[in-house]
Amino acid sequence: MEAVLTRAGIWLAILFIAVIAVAAAADTGYAIHMGIIALAAMIGLWVTVSTTDYGAIARGILRTPADQGRYDDDPIRWGVIATVFWGMAGFLAGLFIALQLTWPVLNLEPYLNFGRLRPLHTSAVIFAFGGNALIATSFYVVQRTCRARLAFPGLARFVFWGYQLFIVLAATGYLLGVTQSKEYAEPEWYVDWWLTIVWVAYLIVFVGTIVKRSEPHIYVANWFYLAFILTVAMLHLVNNIDVPVSLVGSKSYPLFAGVQGALVQWWYGHNAVGFFLTAGFLAMMYYFVPKQAERPIYSYRLSIIHFWSLIFLYIWAGPHHLHYTALPDWAQTLGMVFSVMLWMPSWGGMINGLMTLNGAWDKVRTDPIIRMMVMAVAFYGMSTFEGPMLSIKSVNSLSHYTDWTIGHVHSGALGWNGMITFSAIYFLTPRLWGRTRLYSLRMVNWHFWLATIGIVFYAASMWVAGVTQGLMWREYGPDGYLVNTFADTVAALHPMYALRAFGGLLYLAGATLMVVNVWRTILGHLREEAPMRDAAYDAAADRPILAPAE
Amino acid sequence: MTSITERHKTLERNVTLLGVAALVTVAIGGIVEIAPLFWIDNTIEKVDGMRPYTPLEQAGRDIYIREGCYVCHSQMIRPFRDEVERYGHYSLAAESMYDHPFQWGSKRTGPDLARVGGKYSDSWHVQHLTNPQSVVPESVMPQYGFLKENDLDLGDPAARLKTLREVGVPYSDKDIELAMADLKAQADPDADAGDLAKRYPKAQIRDYDGDPGRITEMDALVAYLQMLGTLVDVNSAAAQEELATEKGR
Repeated sequence: MEAVLTRAGIWLAILFIAVIAVAAAADTGYAIHMGIIALAAMIGLWVTVSTTDYGAIARGILRTPADQGRYDDDPIRWGVIATVFWGMAGFLAGLFIALQLTWPVLNLEPYLNFGRLRPLHTSAVIFAFGGNALIATSFYVVQRTCRARLAFPGLARFVFWGYQLFIVLAATGYLLGVTQSKEYAEPEWYVDWWLTIVWVAYLIVFVGTIVKRSEPHIYVANWFYLAFILTVAMLHLVNNIDVPVSLVGSKSYPLFAGVQGALVQWWYGHNAVGFFLTAGFLAMMYYFVPKQAERPIYSYRLSIIHFWSLIFLYIWAGPHHLHYTALPDWAQTLGMVFSVMLWMPSWGGMINGLMTLNGAWDKVRTDPIIRMMVMAVAFYGMSTFEGPMLSIKSVNSLSHYTDWTIGHVHSGALGWNGMITFSAIYFLTPRLWGRTRLYSLRMVNWHFWLATIGIVFYAASMWVAGVTQGLMWREYGPDGYLVNTFADTVAALHPMYALRAFGGLLYLAGATLMVVNVWRTILGHLREEAPMRDAAYDAAADRPILAPAE
Repeated sequence: MTSITERHKTLERNVTLLGVAALVTVAIGGIVEIAPLFWIDNTIEKVDGMRPYTPLEQAGRDIYIREGCYVCHSQMIRPFRDEVERYGHYSLAAESMYDHPFQWGSKRTGPDLARVGGKYSDSWHVQHLTNPQSVVPESVMPQYGFLKENDLDLGDPAARLKTLREVGVPYSDKDIELAMADLKAQADPDADAGDLAKRYPKAQIRDYDGDPGRITEMDALVAYLQMLGTLVDVNSAAAQEELATEKGR
């Protein structure tokens, strides 16, 4: 009873502070955000004091297994559902803004203009889809590889819900124009502070679980998760040193300006790629690929070299986003050199993942989940070759500011991050809900092909668009004048933009199949279908065809 | 000598050691690259003409940031023949020294804006922002007609300038004291602007949106755009000479 009273008191206090903040707000965006927080506190208060057992209702809707004995899996189940949900939201937003670039009439001012929706798309896929996948899988993997239940179960639930609140505040902020307009670090100061609190809680739960492990060794996947959590904390803190104009207003100004601001931002931005989208997802690879293939990791020694060289080199690569800008040359060159060196540990990781399939390559043919993992790692290898290439200054002089960069990012995001996440979700869902298998493996196969063909359309159209635009910008006629106006180059890209949107549509269609598949698996349905394997051996058919008797 | 895998087992068995070692490893690159930018003198060249934004220009910049213009427009001209001919002299580090945050951008779905100031008339900007396709048929830019409808939320310009001073922009006490008056005066050719033009050299004082009766968000944004790239006279002989003798960049 006392615990309930304390919790109710905390919710009430938050509710009061939020309501006062709404009343005192200096701008509408801030007022709406505090309203959202008040609403969240009200729901929390209601769930705390109400005699209805909402937990039981939620467990009923989500078909949570009754057996809660071994591992603490509830936050992971919610995380799987959140990953699928935010994935769909992010892909839809992406398709919509791709269509806006093809047909600008689709911009609905002011809230649904491209400038406000584009950060919504990037944050939804990176932080909402990717972030939920990372939190959920890290909680799953750390428990299994440490043979220990999650430390601080209450805090783990706070991490899940706190992170969802961060996503809602960030996303609604962009639509309302509450943004710092620093790529991938757009949320305003109070959202940054909130994320810091949630992230520290995440670190405590993760490290706490490792500390109480029963296995003497910490498994390699956990090194990557740990490096990801620590580095993202460091990047987030340094890149978001802001001074708010007022404590009851959304506006703030960052401490760093101009050239220093640019380098701090791209040190952050590139390592959001390096640690959020690479180290964290490599941790997934190091756990789920060996599990699904039922083979040990190819090389333990390679994973040590891979880990330390990757995290050491990645952090230097930021300046390649600032080639030929007002950033001093020495920093640009340093960034380029380290980006090229980064190719090696990246491919070391790819090799470690792919070679794990040694002796199990036949599964690529029979197991669509393995096939998806292999494609993910292959795309990882491809984009980590393309990245160092684009970071070479002379290549960058053509590719920078064009859609080539967009194509590169998406071959990594759709191919590597998307595919490895989908396969992890397909691995996790039957296990977390105690089903014998997925609802349908054939749908996984369809998802695989739709996604792969979608990426091909996406990446190919953006390569063509990027190279076209880069060449048109610098094209000189025999008269010594520039040939194309800027508007000419925009018009030339129209067909490529349409093809890109088509690729996105295919990718979204594949993800829609995943939603159905995951949902039916949770419900416990099993699709009647022909198994995904070779034709059965028929001894009677295995014979030479005899010439007809004369 | 024990093998690397043997020695690595010490790290693998101790989460504190592993965490500290990882954090040290990832900190090195950032420290080596970022820290020198704050103390190497010629990171930002010394040029004449740079000044903090006027309150109206800063309000316009805040709208530029609110609308996410950076996702399609860069403000960083690279030193290539085609870019210099298309957009003007390549950008200098000094030109964004008061930009909190910087808005160099990373994608040109639309053209670079670092030196867009003075290239088009105010009414062109108003029409273009209201309906881009009416002046550039190939454009894929969204419409921003609502900027003309919305009165500029004046808020507390002094508080904004004061915050900017805290992060390093050299506003004087007088600038902060007069922030509201400066803001209103710059958008109204009939008002007494006082010594606005003296405190903010090259400040352009006029009605920008064709609606002198009120100060709209359009006024602020166009004032910001018309100022971009106009402060430093990069083509003056003195500036060229100084850049030519610069070492270590």
